[in-house]
Amino acid sequence: MAVKNIIVLIKQVPNTNEIKIDPVTGTLIRQGIPSIMNPDDKHALEEALVLKGKTGAKVTVITMGPPQAETILIEALAMGADKAVHISDRLFGGADTLATSYTLMSAIKKLGEFDIVLAGREAIDGDTAQVGPQIAEQLGIPQVTYVKSVEINGNKLKVQRALEDGYYDIEVETPVLLTAIKDLNKPRYPHIGQMFDAFNREGKELILWGAKDLEVETERLGLKGSPTQVFKSFSPTIKRSGEILGSSVDESVKKLKTRLKERHLI
Amino acid sequence: MALTDYKGIMVYAEQREGELQNVALELLGEGKKLAAKLGVELSALVLGKDVKKLSDKLFEYGAEKVYFVEDKILDKYSTEAYTDAFTAVIEAKKPEIVMIGATTIGRDLAPRVSARLKTGLTADCTSLDIDTEKRLILQTRPAFGGNVMATIICPNHRPQMSTVRPGVMEKSAPEKGKKGVLEEVKVTFSDIKAKVVKIVKEAKKQVSLGDAKIIVSGGRGSGSQKGFNLVKELAKALGGEVGASRAAVEAGYVGKEHQVGQTGQTVKPELYIACGISGAIQHLAGMQNARTIIAINKDPNAAIFKLCDFGIVGDLNEVIPAFIEELKKA
Repeated sequence: MAVKNIIVLIKQVPNTNEIKIDPVTGTLIRQGIPSIMNPDDKHALEEALVLKGKTGAKVTVITMGPPQAETILIEALAMGADKAVHISDRLFGGADTLATSYTLMSAIKKLGEFDIVLAGREAIDGDTAQVGPQIAEQLGIPQVTYVKSVEINGNKLKVQRALEDGYYDIEVETPVLLTAIKDLNKPRYPHIGQMFDAFNREGKELILWGAKDLEVETERLGLKGSPTQVFKSFSPTIKRSGEILGSSVDESVKKLKTRLKERHLI
Repeated sequence: MALTDYKGIMVYAEQREGELQNVALELLGEGKKLAAKLGVELSALVLGKDVKKLSDKLFEYGAEKVYFVEDKILDKYSTEAYTDAFTAVIEAKKPEIVMIGATTIGRDLAPRVSARLKTGLTADCTSLDIDTEKRLILQTRPAFGGNVMATIICPNHRPQMSTVRPGVMEKSAPEKGKKGVLEEVKVTFSDIKAKVVKIVKEAKKQVSLGDAKIIVSGGRGSGSQKGFNLVKELAKALGGEVGASRAAVEAGYVGKEHQVGQTGQTVKPELYIACGISGAIQHLAGMQNARTIIAINKDPNAAIFKLCDFGIVGDLNEVIPAFIEELKKA
């Protein structure tokens, strides 16, 4: 039993590493933050393409998001994915992880047969790491998260799962959902020719589904289908004096020593 | 579901190879405060093969009741078996709030459990409080790479579930010999499909920055391995641990186990010295709760100077050696 179909879940995110604080006002500088394919998801896609090389499996990427999220689907096709599915609908808006995973699970079911679902461990805008496991649960398949290496033999996988102080060797058969971390591989660059083909839809399949295309209960979608709600959001508060000590190295280190002594830190 | 059927706070007491994880005790410390506000009981849940004996410690750290499930299927961690056990206990005991440590295991297990129960789960909380009127837990967490804090509620589903970052909450002082109610819960397991066949501990043990009193960290501004070595020397001179920003780890100056920040460890030492660290929110998310923060940076406009208690504007290659010399003087 060989692996035939691999599904990869990807998300478009703002590059949160680019966000800086305005040193004068202390507020966030949000302008001009580029949108990117979520880094962990890129590692998931790379692994799918490596497995495609070994097994000849078909790789389908799915993203849920607004119209502009199509950009990362084109990037994924240019990296070597065979098919891309964009699920987008106003009804999906405001979804928490449970409603998101329900929606993505419904799209996976609609695609039909699959052997491996790959996702990034977490997205850099939410950092929850919840959507992968929640999809696995709703699909009724096993999961391995924090995956740092994959060996495949027919429908049997041997996977290394990272821990804080080591790793587990895990054996599992397909169907299975895996979530990827950075250590798993080094993502390839998109192929320029393929990028062009993908833009022009040549030999590549890019489909768009809304809520009506999926078998879903609408009350489980979006904000309405989300058990958690944002009660409030605010900027992290920081209250410190920021006293600059001295103007020469000599003077500064002497003052620092005094301050630390006053606070009984040395 | 009737929300009022659910009562009490349950802490998931994660153990690995029979050893309770620190975060379990931290959650009991926090759980005790929250349970007092709600006027309810604090329980702990421990799952494993031979884990009943861990209850003594859980009682000492604040649990009034300890539920345990023992089965050989729970010997090594398995998402499936642990989910079966965890959900069975929640369904039987109906806690209104469930807290889980956001370890790599907690972050695997909690979403699976919440999806099975079709309830809300808030990830990686860094502060918790209670709205006593509505009996809701207010779960605050960093989002957007730590750039925004969001307080999340779960008004219409039970239990309200949170994972909590290790190293953020405080353990309460243990009450030696304190006892409580110990109860075994029997669970029927389905077959497990993903099997852990080997546990590998890596020699490169996680640096315990979480417990460190003094941390000296280096960032991109260390400029070189030589610069970062000065950071290490200062840490040694002060009897502290070595920390690093993500940029320093990515530059290869030091291993990832030293990384402090949103994608690294969260620390709260008495003293944090940031050398050549600009003060990106990503880093601040992991160290802003330090008691005293010192910044050493040659860029007078670096954001870190707004966020420190004391700053020295200067090249760390000059400042650190001079400071080490100064420390040697009586």
